[in-house]
Amino acid sequence: MRRSLVWLFLAAFCGVVQAQQPIQFWHAMGGALGAELDALVQRFNDSQKDYRVVAEHKGSYEDTMIGALAAQRAGTGPHLVQVYEVGTAHMMAAKSSMRPLAQVMSENGERLEAKAFPPAVAGYFSDNSGHLLALPFNVSTPILFYNKDAFRKANLDPEKPPKTWYEMPKVMVPILEAGFHCAYTTVWPSWVQIENMSTWHNQDFASKDNGLGGLDAKLIFNTHLMVRHVSMLSSWARAGYFTYSGRRIEGEQRFEKGECAMVTSSSSSAADLRRNAKFEFGVAQLPHYDDIRGAPHHSVLGGAGLWVLAGKKGPEYRGAAKFLAWLARPEVQAEWHQRTGYVPVTRAAYDLTAQKGFYKQNPGQEIAIRQLLLNNPTRESRGIRLGRMQEIRLILEQELESVWDGSVPPKLALDRAAERGNALLRQFEREHRSGVEPAAPQRVPRKK
Amino acid sequence: MEKRVVFRSAWLPYALVAPQIVITILFFFWPAVQAVWYSFQLQDAFGLKTQFVGLQNYANLFKDGNYVDSFKVTALFSVLVAFFGIAISLLLATMADRVLRGAMAYKTLLIWPYAVAPAIAGVLWAFLFAPSIGIVTYVLKGWGIDWNWIIKGDQAMLLVVIAAVWNQISYNFLFFLAGLQSVPRSLIEAAAIDGASPLRRFWTIVFPLLSPTTFFLLVVNIVFAFFATFGIIDATTQGGPGQATNILVYKVYHDGVKAADLGGSSAQSVILMFIVIALTVVQFRFVERKVQY
Repeated sequence: MRRSLVWLFLAAFCGVVQAQQPIQFWHAMGGALGAELDALVQRFNDSQKDYRVVAEHKGSYEDTMIGALAAQRAGTGPHLVQVYEVGTAHMMAAKSSMRPLAQVMSENGERLEAKAFPPAVAGYFSDNSGHLLALPFNVSTPILFYNKDAFRKANLDPEKPPKTWYEMPKVMVPILEAGFHCAYTTVWPSWVQIENMSTWHNQDFASKDNGLGGLDAKLIFNTHLMVRHVSMLSSWARAGYFTYSGRRIEGEQRFEKGECAMVTSSSSSAADLRRNAKFEFGVAQLPHYDDIRGAPHHSVLGGAGLWVLAGKKGPEYRGAAKFLAWLARPEVQAEWHQRTGYVPVTRAAYDLTAQKGFYKQNPGQEIAIRQLLLNNPTRESRGIRLGRMQEIRLILEQELESVWDGSVPPKLALDRAAERGNALLRQFEREHRSGVEPAAPQRVPRKK
Repeated sequence: MEKRVVFRSAWLPYALVAPQIVITILFFFWPAVQAVWYSFQLQDAFGLKTQFVGLQNYANLFKDGNYVDSFKVTALFSVLVAFFGIAISLLLATMADRVLRGAMAYKTLLIWPYAVAPAIAGVLWAFLFAPSIGIVTYVLKGWGIDWNWIIKGDQAMLLVVIAAVWNQISYNFLFFLAGLQSVPRSLIEAAAIDGASPLRRFWTIVFPLLSPTTFFLLVVNIVFAFFATFGIIDATTQGGPGQATNILVYKVYHDGVKAADLGGSSAQSVILMFIVIALTVVQFRFVERKVQY
């Protein structure tokens, strides 16, 4: 007994001596998504001996980014960090804090080309000369989830979800009459109802290609269509058709509990819903206005990319490159897509999934990618990339809340949101136009 | 009655206060100076680019109508918290003061909420009042009240006031109880013999004698409402709906930590710092000398 213990210690000691290079990876995937990600990381770690990816769940997207920013300032940032789409412009502007993906890959002999990704996805994560800055990893877009059991209870055809906003009341009324208190709700109102509804109808959220074209972009979402859309939702809110649940994913939770019969939510909600919902749910394309020419056009990309941070050593970058290249493999991406509801980010992953007949069995799973690629991406539908986007969203949520309670008319609210947001954009422009950028901090991170 | 200790050694008194001074400089003065310095700067999220912008951050704040609104929200919030916090705890303290049997148990129970962190207090009350699952919401619905603080600003304000007051009552209670016990029995008995009713005895004798305590608590409660309640706000309304509960300190936290706007957030905290300084001066000038602990 004692001898075997000694051996065990010796073995453990040897393990320490030929330590694998740890690669710190901070992410924001919780719940079912976190379990899927952990499984992927585990498989990568088992597949080779030189590197060990240490995945750490740092809370919400917001928390993860704040944590990484603070750690990087102190010189103790992780190697890889998952940053949500809202933070993309921040990361891009902070050139000396991150290491462009294309550079990391080519320096370490890994092949990963921007061409492998659909233009809408690649464009969002690339600089103006087409080099990928981050790995598009978990890309999602909002779709409509509906409770099929609720549809049946309301004597509606569960295979016929509403296609347009005009068809919505036709299902909402029977659902309310069948005894539901919440017919329709949404998550992230700014993302779904303003950002996506703009691009979905081929209209801009901001000038300069929604911010992709330069720092001097201006918010222009206060269009006739948006005023109309928000007015309609506001009257629905007062009539009890639309229920406001909160600024984040509270709507998904209410849908999951069976309280709300329909929700517009991220396609990646599918993973948690499959695990937790006690009813049959269906998925459908986002509703649109069929009297707007060219609609439906494109929904806008959400989710996150994986960024490599600056100030690390050669072998660490080699490991990071290896891991990222592994994650972008078609079979890995295809599996991630099929299990989570995120969009397959490479063409190869999409083709692989299609070949296996996955979409024939799960037609709903193709909706998100179709929405993103529905038409050839025009420049303005690649995504929205603005500085201080997190605050702009907050402003929109605040202004929308005052619309839902009826205290501010929709047009005024949208105008005010645009005005307040533009002030922030100008400040962001000032922060990054002038000012001297000192050399990148080259401090070696403290070992844990 | 002066207590003065005379040290023979020249350096010993300095050595004795040194740890305190070091801690104060390191953890209070240094960050405060940094905040002032940051408030004149514009920085990006990583702190890579910095430029001096003078009073630009302050000018931006006062141009922003929401910041000015936030002052009003904060004023309303702190007045409500201070008033109800003091009124309710005074009531509880007078009740507890009369209890003869099991007084310890009552007192202990009333002091408990103070041990709960504000963020937890916020979550507790948010659960009770949650628009779809809350117990209180359910009861209110039975009475025909549509309770939904996610949309209704005044209800959201009510919620955070309740959570903050509940959290602060115990502290006030302790001071009032001590104050009540130091009111001379002879005065009350004399008034009782003269035929004053209990209510009259309270308002003409007890309450005036408690006024230094009340004034002290007023300042402490306002400071609490101004600065210590951001946990409650963050755990419940996050400043919403709209701007209904966006108090100054929450805005500082949000802009600085979440939105990584260090300059603007520092400017806000410098303004808050001046408010605290003003409140402290008030406390020292008018209260400190009269209050009986």
